[in-house]
Amino acid sequence: MPVVPEATPVGAGSLGAAPGGGGPEAGEPQTVHGVPATWPCGQQVLHPAPGQYLDLVKALREEGFNLCVDLTAVDYLAHPGRHLPTGVRPERFELVVNLLSFEHRRRARLRVQVPAAEPVVPSLFRLYPGTEAMEREAFDMMGIRFDGHPDLTRILMPEDWEGHPLRKDYSVGRVPVQFKHPPETR
Amino acid sequence: MSTRQDEAAALAAETSEGVQEMAVRSATESAELLLEQGAVLRLPEGVTVDPSDLDVEAASEETMIINMGPQHPSTHGVLRLMMELDGETVLRTKPVIGYLHTGMEKTGEELTYLQGGTNVTRMDYLAPLHNELVFSMAVEALLGIEVPERATWIRMLMSELNRLSSHVLWMATNGMDLGALSMMVYGWRERELVLSFFEKATGLRMNHNYIRPGGVAADLPPGWEDDVLAICEAFPPRLDDYDDLLTGQPIFRERTENVGVLTPQEAVALSATGPILRSTGVEWDLRRDMPYLFYDQVEFDVIAGTYGDCFDRYAVRLNEMRESIRIIRQIAGRMPKGDYRSQDKKITPPPRARIDESMEALIHHFKIFTEGFKVPEGEVYTAVESPRGELGCYLVSDGSAKPYRLHIRAPSFANLQTLPIMLRGGLVADAVAVISSVDPIMGEVDR
Repeated sequence: MPVVPEATPVGAGSLGAAPGGGGPEAGEPQTVHGVPATWPCGQQVLHPAPGQYLDLVKALREEGFNLCVDLTAVDYLAHPGRHLPTGVRPERFELVVNLLSFEHRRRARLRVQVPAAEPVVPSLFRLYPGTEAMEREAFDMMGIRFDGHPDLTRILMPEDWEGHPLRKDYSVGRVPVQFKHPPETR
Repeated sequence: MSTRQDEAAALAAETSEGVQEMAVRSATESAELLLEQGAVLRLPEGVTVDPSDLDVEAASEETMIINMGPQHPSTHGVLRLMMELDGETVLRTKPVIGYLHTGMEKTGEELTYLQGGTNVTRMDYLAPLHNELVFSMAVEALLGIEVPERATWIRMLMSELNRLSSHVLWMATNGMDLGALSMMVYGWRERELVLSFFEKATGLRMNHNYIRPGGVAADLPPGWEDDVLAICEAFPPRLDDYDDLLTGQPIFRERTENVGVLTPQEAVALSATGPILRSTGVEWDLRRDMPYLFYDQVEFDVIAGTYGDCFDRYAVRLNEMRESIRIIRQIAGRMPKGDYRSQDKKITPPPRARIDESMEALIHHFKIFTEGFKVPEGEVYTAVESPRGELGCYLVSDGSAKPYRLHIRAPSFANLQTLPIMLRGGLVADAVAVISSVDPIMGEVDR
């Protein structure tokens, strides 16, 4: 199991008060479980530090977010100057997790900064088994490793593939078009 | 002799697909066995698995690992299942996917927002309009533009018709998998009714690129009310016939009832959505619970099952078609007049006639089709209820005319994870029924 350092107590006070990106909607908290929150396009986005990630997901699960809808990653290599709340240091990779609560009919999106030097995050598998394939996809496509995942292998690319295709420094590649003479008339 | 062995070994090495294999049973620690059996998909203790259920000890030594697919006709494309069998009983299953991976998310980063629709529509090729819809909704959310009312109603009409065509095709293939071949013929025939209307409205039977950022590509064709009404008239009696044909048939019921049972806890834990989740009794439908478009203005029921078996998944889909017809009738009665696409000149190409008379229109036309329109920086997640479950689009823009990152949350991709649970302990002959009941579309699983 992953070790989570510097755990923040659930519902702790404000960490980074000033939000970045779209400002918070009126009456909405600027921190959730001690994690800075923003509201771009009217959607709640939480920015936990890597150490807070697992604890935050646990707290949200207790709160009623019972389904992990989606887990994916973004490589911000070519777009470093994105909006983030103050106190959140941008890193090359970002893990994006979408949680859904049937009870409250709400979504919560988590954006976790993952450093390029050591792209390792704890796996959510023990909390949401449905992330099994999604984490494998994020590993396959972006090269982010998940600590505690039961079967972290490539899922979409062939087993012996080199590189992680959705990284921004991975070339799209081209197939040269061969122009041939037109077909002869019969 | 030895050279022949060498050759055989070399051939085996050459054709090996690497380590995408199941681990041997003895390699699994006993603690892990409590989570789930084997190297496949394990559930946390207490969530779903009752340890006394596991008859790992009872499994004889003579188990056998076989491959089903990727070319098996019942796997609906190129799904490969590795199964460990004890006689005819399935002990473990591991779905192996990726055979149809074409890098569509990477391709999406190379296409402008206007071209993006042609890419996403090819993911779930049986519900192309839902893919276009969720992509367009994401782009519009970032742009912050309003879609005209008529365009929204047209989108609803088309996506409900698409749900009909997708479900009716599912009934066809499900019937085929279970040996009800007449259902296959009827299903394809009914789908043709809807597809011919799509062809009339969008120009194409599949992969329409009809729903675009800002609205839809074209207004509904003249006389569309009659076509839609004809579909609404034709479907209900035929659905009743199929209800009789399948529900009333003892063989079909024998093959689906109590086969591939999934509990609500397992479905939620495994992120399953759509008919699979609803068949277990969880009433969750994004159209009702988190309404998008104008779904809060139409009346319909959310269909939920009880037992979570193959039969319930069939029944949920059958009745969802009836609800879709109900929705379509309401939409047809309420279709307002007005624009079918946004009049924002930066986003919507000008009409052809305007280009001849207005320099400005010419410039807009040129700009939109050469470099595309720019979308403000930001990120957004939108979701719609596709015939297979929650279809989501996570879109990141860096302010240019192409998406910085396009991620599609494919319902089939998540739903496939329920297969090992549904198949466990069943017969290998039932595997065909279970795979079919999940309704996986490999185009969106692999993207």
